[in-house]
Amino acid sequence: MAIEISEKTIKHEFIEKINQLSAQDISMCFQCGTCGGACPMSARMATLPRKIMRMLQLGMEERILELETGWECASCHACTVNCPRGIDLARVMEAVRLLVLRKNINKIEPSRLPAAAVRELPQIALVSGFRKLTS
Amino acid sequence: MSAPKQVATGDRAILPKGARTIPIFVMGKRYDVPETLTIMKAMEFAGFKFLRGAGCRGGICGACPTVYRKEGDYKLYFGLACQTVVEPNMFLAQIPFYPANRAQYDIETIEPLADVVHSLYPELFRCVACNNCTKACPMHVEVLDYVSAIKQGDLARAAKLSFDCIQCGMCASRCMGELPQYHIAQLVRRLFGKYIQPRAQHLQKRVGEIESGKYDAMLSGLEKMNHAELEKLYKEREREPDMVPLGTWMPKDVSHL
Amino acid sequence: MKVSYYPGCTLKTKAKHLEDSALASLAALGVDVRELPRWNCCGAVHSLADDDLIHHVAPVRDLVRAMDEGSDRLVTLCSMCYNSLARANLLMRNDEVKRKTINDFMTEENDYHGEVEVEHLITFLRDTLGWDNLRAKLKAPLTGMKIASYYGCTLVRPKDVAIEPASGRVINEFVEALGARAVDFGASTVCCGSYQVLAHPDSVTEVVGRIIQSATDAGADALILSCPLCEYNLVKNQEELLQKQKIARRLPVFYFSQLLAMALGLGPESYRPDMNDAASVEFLKSKNFPVGSTAIRP
Repeated sequence: MAIEISEKTIKHEFIEKINQLSAQDISMCFQCGTCGGACPMSARMATLPRKIMRMLQLGMEERILELETGWECASCHACTVNCPRGIDLARVMEAVRLLVLRKNINKIEPSRLPAAAVRELPQIALVSGFRKLTS
Repeated sequence: MSAPKQVATGDRAILPKGARTIPIFVMGKRYDVPETLTIMKAMEFAGFKFLRGAGCRGGICGACPTVYRKEGDYKLYFGLACQTVVEPNMFLAQIPFYPANRAQYDIETIEPLADVVHSLYPELFRCVACNNCTKACPMHVEVLDYVSAIKQGDLARAAKLSFDCIQCGMCASRCMGELPQYHIAQLVRRLFGKYIQPRAQHLQKRVGEIESGKYDAMLSGLEKMNHAELEKLYKEREREPDMVPLGTWMPKDVSHL
Repeated sequence: MKVSYYPGCTLKTKAKHLEDSALASLAALGVDVRELPRWNCCGAVHSLADDDLIHHVAPVRDLVRAMDEGSDRLVTLCSMCYNSLARANLLMRNDEVKRKTINDFMTEENDYHGEVEVEHLITFLRDTLGWDNLRAKLKAPLTGMKIASYYGCTLVRPKDVAIEPASGRVINEFVEALGARAVDFGASTVCCGSYQVLAHPDSVTEVVGRIIQSATDAGADALILSCPLCEYNLVKNQEELLQKQKIARRLPVFYFSQLLAMALGLGPESYRPDMNDAASVEFLKSKNFPVGSTAIRP
């Protein structure tokens, strides 16, 4: 499928917002793919972080916010410490998540977690999960 | 220079000589009210009638939490309308009710475990320790500390820390994590009271005595007395003197102990 | 030097064996650490957005508590707590503007500027006691055990809070100080999937399979770690992985402090095998370590 990329489709404000939230310069990325190679969650990722970075550079706001990649991130910073361009990708993924979460939209619903699971899970799993995946 | 003497006005609509009024703003509208009144009395003076948002008027039912700001001050203040005296130029609104998630449980069947509380209220783990709950509490409960204790699994500590809670809901109104702190604490105190706190042995002993009929004869004797006999008995009763040191006084008749 | 101890919520309940074994070991080693009398959740994960300061308040409040106790150091056992506290500490030291905003928000607390040093118990043991002194105090060295040292992510990433440079081997050194053989394995710093157990449990199972098999392939007969979430993911998923033949066998998993308590000759009431899974308990029995009365967890 052809994707139109032109000055009309590039959302510059979106790019600026991601740069501000993440305190990174996403234009630095040259799509080497080291991030995806280092990512522990990439085996089941439909869209690898390298591709997300390119889509961010092209300001493809709607497409990016529909993708699962940011929600699959475990914030382990393997991408961050391995990026040859020094981009802190974990922060970029956080920025992508926050653009959704800040509209009062949750990725997981604490109230709907099975009681048995909550009883069993360590507190740090719930705290970290809620911080990253709820608004 | 000392402050001019204040004249109490009580419930009077026509103020006594020397009583002064101050301006307060209720939901944005100015009212001049006697300076000695509580917020609740001042609002009634101004013509408000409470159908909700007032209960015991004694600072314990939690129905009249009020949020206010002072002129020129960014800070939010909280108090019970029945306990807080008005100040000049305070801007206030009452929050008699604040919606908060309350879990369903059967106290007879649930286990007194932190895991159970966690599973009934998983939103506990959305706390960010901002401490706005503690700052909002009109009863000066250390709300963040009891929330932390529950997360740490220490239900006994949480029950004790939250003991002064009157369920007004101000904590929940200010919570970034959208926790219903006061409902969670109530569950914890119920679990503590029913399952964790040591039983009072002397109470159990006394209940046993009552059930075994130890006091039946005395009670039926009282039932048969007429008014004059009851009054005489009451007036002549043995009374513990005021201020006696603990454990130093015993009645002469110990047959009912 | 005054040292405060920050347990973290999970160590008070589901990871009690991490705390009990560590405190018993420190007592046996004569190291004096005191739990903070008042503390809250560390936040577990560092907030990564540049404008999001409220999520730094939780760890900073704990650092204030340690400062108020007059402590120079705050020692943690849980890797996640370590990471969260250490990163908040760096922020408060290095970012003047954010420090002021956070201090101004916490009007009810003393101002904090990074006065306290956050340290993980492993590096604390190395630097204050030293491996040679530790060796001298062992009563039951773990001779013959082959232990995979699992670092996970929060002890080694990002670089500014890594417990040592990436080339370092502090957990390996610890394992060898206890008399066991440290087994290097390819997945020793691969994340266990962490909180994705809530949203993408299948991805977690997949990566746990790789970690366990990597350690097994390297010849380990047990694995040590210091994070209750790693422990949960690594233990919980093994049965399913075994059924699906993604791993060859169940790998015993222990907290580093459990092995420390064992090597110091302390009893099972200290290292708490009753809180481990069946494979780990069987492993201890095979090595002739008493397991006490254990209600085996599946």
